Amino acid sequence: MVIYGVYIVSKSGGLIFNLDHNVPKIETERTESYPLEYSLEYEPKKVSVAFGQKDGVNVGHVLVSVNGILANGCTLEDGRDIKELIENKDNYPLTLKFSRLKMTTNEKIFLASMFYPLFAIASQLSPEPKSSGIEVLEADTFRLHCFQTLTGVKFMVVAENIQPGMDVLLRRIYELYADYVLKNPFYSLEMPIRCELFDTNLQGLLEQVEKNGIASI
Amino acid sequence: MSRQNTRLDTKKVNSELLTLTYGALVSQMLRDFENVEDVNKQLERIGYNMGMRLIEDFLSRTSSPRCLDMRETADKIQLAFRMYLNVQPTISNWAAAGDEFSLVFDNNPLTEFVELPQDYQQLRYSAIICGCIRGALEMVQLEVQCRFTQDQLKGDASTEIRVKFIRRLEDAVPAGED
Repeated sequence: MVIYGVYIVSKSGGLIFNLDHNVPKIETERTESYPLEYSLEYEPKKVSVAFGQKDGVNVGHVLVSVNGILANGCTLEDGRDIKELIENKDNYPLTLKFSRLKMTTNEKIFLASMFYPLFAIASQLSPEPKSSGIEVLEADTFRLHCFQTLTGVKFMVVAENIQPGMDVLLRRIYELYADYVLKNPFYSLEMPIRCELFDTNLQGLLEQVEKNGIASI
Repeated sequence: MSRQNTRLDTKKVNSELLTLTYGALVSQMLRDFENVEDVNKQLERIGYNMGMRLIEDFLSRTSSPRCLDMRETADKIQLAFRMYLNVQPTISNWAAAGDEFSLVFDNNPLTEFVELPQDYQQLRYSAIICGCIRGALEMVQLEVQCRFTQDQLKGDASTEIRVKFIRRLEDAVPAGED
């Protein structure tokens, strides 16, 4: 029973709420000797593994720190250039820490607004008239469940494939939204949701579902 | 349904609390604005903003589907009055075209303990209800006109709200439903 995240997209397609719930944190720290057994790709914003995966360091993982010093783009926090550091034989052994790339808020906003037209296209592509948009989107590692209200707000839950009863959960989240977000006089419609009561109640709901299953709500 | 057992329970409050709070709001507004017409407008506006939010509460509690004709809408409005004000208006006086109907109230919880003073005869005391209906329906892409045609406060036998369908807001219908 794993729920990875909850997203709410407003009627005009903007992301107004997102919650990362139970995203597995993957981090690997290894002490390496020269030469590195995998090749790195140096980009201005990140250093990532391009090829040669080994012991939990997978292609696509990004470099988090070198010898415990955090990496910031392609330089270390103390200003040294990562590329020079790694390519110089004299610096070894080096302790490198890799982790899976995390989505930034900007990327989430971007992806949420991408989903909006996909949803609309799905309903237009439909061979049957009067089709809804995407309700479930399935991949081999997760399933995205989407529920659109009559007023056009979309609630989305990203969960494990086998998780049952997500439609019930979505309706419950809608109820929480109606109760704690819209009844908050300081919340203006269509704006990002920053309501503490909503956060705590949603968190509680998700934990309850994960622990006791969907029948418990 | 999953609802009954866990309900974030719809808190029940005494209707007198609402009546008196609303009375305080109206009398404060009469003090703040000199003009009765302004108060009418403000009440309607407050109602409109309330309706826009209240509709989500209504939908999430009833999970009702979209209405495709005015009669369904009338039934839903009736249900909403039962939920939120615990009164059941009668639906009557359908226009021949089926686009206009009346909600008739034998008693209106907002106006209990209320008497209109002589110089406030122009005040639409419960204008908030009209605004609320209009705001809520607009969120589900229905534009309506809503007004009082009879009011017990003004000596009529019952209170009557007339609701008239103007048009469906086609461009606001969410994708995947048109």
